[in-house]
Amino acid sequence: MGAARAALRRGFDRAERGLDIAFGPDWNPLAQLGPLGWFLFWIVALTGVYLFIFFDTGVEAAYGSVEWLSTDHWWHAGVARSLHRYASDLMVLVMFTHLVREWAMDRYRGARWFSWFTGVPVIWFVYLSGITGYWLVWDKLAQYVAVTTTELLDTLGLFGEPIARNFASPQMLSDRFFTLMVFLHIAIPLLLLLAMWIHIQRISEPRTRPPRGLAVITLGALVAGSLILPAPLLGQADLAQVPQSIALDWFLLGLYPVIESVPAGVIWAGCVVFTVLLAGLPWLPHRADPPAAEVFLDHCNGCARCVADCPYAAITLEPRSDGAPFRFEVAVDPARCVACGICMGSCPSSTPFRRSGDLITGIDLPQRPLAQLRAEVIDAAEALAGPGRVLTLACGHGAGGAEARGRIVLPCVAMLPPSLIDFILSRGLAEGVCVAGCAERDCQNRVGAAWTKARFGRSRDPYLRARVPRERVLTVWAGPTEPGRLEAEVSAFSARLADMAPYGPVRQIGAEEKQEARAKAIGRSAAE
Amino acid sequence: MTGRWLHIALGGLVSLALVLAAAALSAWPSWQSLPAGHGVIRLSFTHSGARTCRDRSQAELDALPRNMRQAQICERRRPPVHVEMDVDGRAVLARSLPPTGLSGTGPSRVYQNFELPAGTYDIALRLRDDPALVGYGDAAEFRIDLAPGQSVAIDYDPGSGGFFIH
Ligand code: HEM
Ligand code: SF4
Ligand code: SF4
Repeated sequence: MGAARAALRRGFDRAERGLDIAFGPDWNPLAQLGPLGWFLFWIVALTGVYLFIFFDTGVEAAYGSVEWLSTDHWWHAGVARSLHRYASDLMVLVMFTHLVREWAMDRYRGARWFSWFTGVPVIWFVYLSGITGYWLVWDKLAQYVAVTTTELLDTLGLFGEPIARNFASPQMLSDRFFTLMVFLHIAIPLLLLLAMWIHIQRISEPRTRPPRGLAVITLGALVAGSLILPAPLLGQADLAQVPQSIALDWFLLGLYPVIESVPAGVIWAGCVVFTVLLAGLPWLPHRADPPAAEVFLDHCNGCARCVADCPYAAITLEPRSDGAPFRFEVAVDPARCVACGICMGSCPSSTPFRRSGDLITGIDLPQRPLAQLRAEVIDAAEALAGPGRVLTLACGHGAGGAEARGRIVLPCVAMLPPSLIDFILSRGLAEGVCVAGCAERDCQNRVGAAWTKARFGRSRDPYLRARVPRERVLTVWAGPTEPGRLEAEVSAFSARLADMAPYGPVRQIGAEEKQEARAKAIGRSAAE
Repeated sequence: MTGRWLHIALGGLVSLALVLAAAALSAWPSWQSLPAGHGVIRLSFTHSGARTCRDRSQAELDALPRNMRQAQICERRRPPVHVEMDVDGRAVLARSLPPTGLSGTGPSRVYQNFELPAGTYDIALRLRDDPALVGYGDAAEFRIDLAPGQSVAIDYDPGSGGFFIH
C-alpha cells in the first residue's frame, strides 16, 4: 500500500506540475478540489432555485415544463438546466479525485481521520441528490431511474405495497409521487450541505471558496459548455413502454446498469461493504502521529499566535491558570494535533540565540524540540565546506524530503522560527539558507507555505528580521518529483553566494557554544 | 499574452475541454436496458390469503363474556398465496407468496418482470389464496400482442373479477 500511495502521489505531482503551467500554482484546480466542490455545490443550488421557478409538479406537467424551459427559454432557463446538470457531474468527478488525492497525500489518518470519515456520507448525499433530480424531469431517463430504483428498494421489503407498482402502468402513477420527489430533491441537498459543513469542522480557516480567477474560469467553462452541448431531454416518460436505449449520465447513474445485472442482495451488501471499508480506511492501518505539541507556560505569554497558525484547530485559548500576569494561556488537544510543528515556528519564545538556561519555548514538539533543532543545525553546518556553503531546511513532503548532507528535514517548513535563519547566518553556520517547502500549490499541512511566505515577507508574526540579507535566503517550492530542480537551484544559489562579499555582521559561533547547544538538546530529550 | 491572461486562456481551454468531456459522458454511451426487439410483461399485485377460521365449540363460547361470543375464531396470520403463470404453456412462475408484516398479517405480494421477444403470447394465470382449497380459486387466460418496447402490466383484484390487464 505504501508503494501504491507513493506512486500515486508522484502521479498527482506530475499532473499538477502540468496544470501549474496552464493555471498558475495558485489557481491549480487539482490543488483546489475541496473549494471547487463547494463552488460547484453553490452553482447547482442557485441554478436549482432558478429552475424551480419554472418547474411544474405533476405527472403530465413536469415534463412539459422542462421541455418548455429547454426549448422556448433555452437562453436562460435552458442554460440554467445544463449548468445544474454539468456542475453536478463535475461535483462527482471533483469529489472522487479529491478523495483519491487526500489518500495519496496521506492526509486522512491519525489526527486527520475526521475529515475523511465525515466525507463518506457526503458521497451518498451527492448521489441521492442526483438520483432524485433525474426523477423530476419525467422523461424516459427519469422513468428508467424510477423503475430501477423502486425495484431495488422493494427488495428490502420495507414498504407494505411494492413502490415499483406505482410505475407498472400509466394508471397507477399519481401526482403525489412527484410532490414527494420534489420534497426529497430539496431535503437531500440540504442534508448534503450539512454534511459538507461537518466535513470541514476540524480544520481552521477551511478553504471553501476557490481563488476568484479559478472560480471565473470554472463558471465560464461551464456556461460555454452548456451553450455548446445543452443537456439533452429524452422523450416523455410512458409507463406503457419500456425505455430501451437510454442516454445515461454515467457520473451520477453509472451504477444503474450494475443494479440491473447483479442480484439485489449483492448490491445492498456492496453498498454496506463499500461504506464501512471506506469509512474505516483511516484505521486500516492506523498511523499514529508523533506526540502532540506541548505547552510550557513559563515561556508562554498568551499571545495566541500559535492558535491562529495551527492548521487543524488543535490549540485553544484558555484563561490563565498559573497566576502569571497574562490574561490567557493555550492548550493543545492531542487528538487533533498532527505534530506539524507550525505552532513552534510561530511562538515568539522560539529564539535559538538564547544561551542562558535551557532552550525552551512556549510550545514545542516533544519529538523534535527547538533545542534539538538548533543542535541539528549546528551539526549539519559542520558537514558543509568550501565557499558558498548552503544549509537547507526542507519539508519532508517536498523535493527535499530525503536526508542529504547539509540538509535538515522537517515535518513542515513553517516549523522554523524565522529567528533560526537569522541565527544560522549571523553565527556563520552557513553563507546562505535554503528553505525548501513542498509544492507551492498545496501545502501538505494546508497553511505552512502561506505562513512561511508571510513571515518572510514581514506581514505575519513572527517576522524574519529586516537585518537578514534576503539575497542569502532562497525559498524553493517543489513537489516530490522535482529533486533535480531543487538541486539545481541550490547549486546556482551556492555559486552566487561564493561570489558575494562575506556577510559582515557574522559573530562566528565558538566550539564551546556548540558543545553547550548539543548538551542542551540532549538534556531536553533526557528530561522528556 | 503573459501572466494571468495566459492562465485564463490556457486554464479556460483546459476547463472547457473538461466540461465538454463531462457533458459527453453525461449522455453517452447509451445504455441498452432492454434487448432490442423485446417487450416486458410485469405481473404485479398484492392480495391477502384467506383467513384461517374455525367454529368455536359451545364450551368455548360459554367461557367468554356475553359481548365477545363470536361464533368463529380466526388466526391473525394469513396463509401464503400461491400463484402460477405460464407463457405459451411453459411455466415461468410457480410460487408461494408469504404474507408480509412482522406477524404475517399483511398481504402477499408479487412484482415480477418477464422480458420477452416481441410477438404474440398466450398467458395463463392461476391463483390459490386458501390452502384448504383443492385446485385454484382464480384463473385467467390472456392473448397478448407484445410490441418491441411495450410494457404490459397484469394485476389481480378479486373485486374487479380476478386477473386483469391495465
Ligand atoms: C463534494 C464533496 C466534498 C467537498 C465539497 C469537500 C470539501 C473539502 C474541503 C473544503 C476541504 C478543506 C480543504 C482545505 O481547506 O484544506 C476538504 C478536506 C478534506 N476532505 Fe473533502 N470534500 C468532499 C468530499 C470528500 C470525500 C468524499 C472525502 C473522503 C472520504 C474527503 C476527504 C477529505 C480529507 C481527508 C480532507 C483533508 C483534511 C485535512 O487536510 O486534514 N472529502 N474537503
Ligand atoms: S504541531 Fe502545533 S500547529 Fe501543528 S497540529 Fe499540533 S498544535 Fe497544531
Ligand atoms: S505562540 Fe507561544 S507565547 Fe503565544 S500563545 Fe502560543 S505558546 Fe503562548
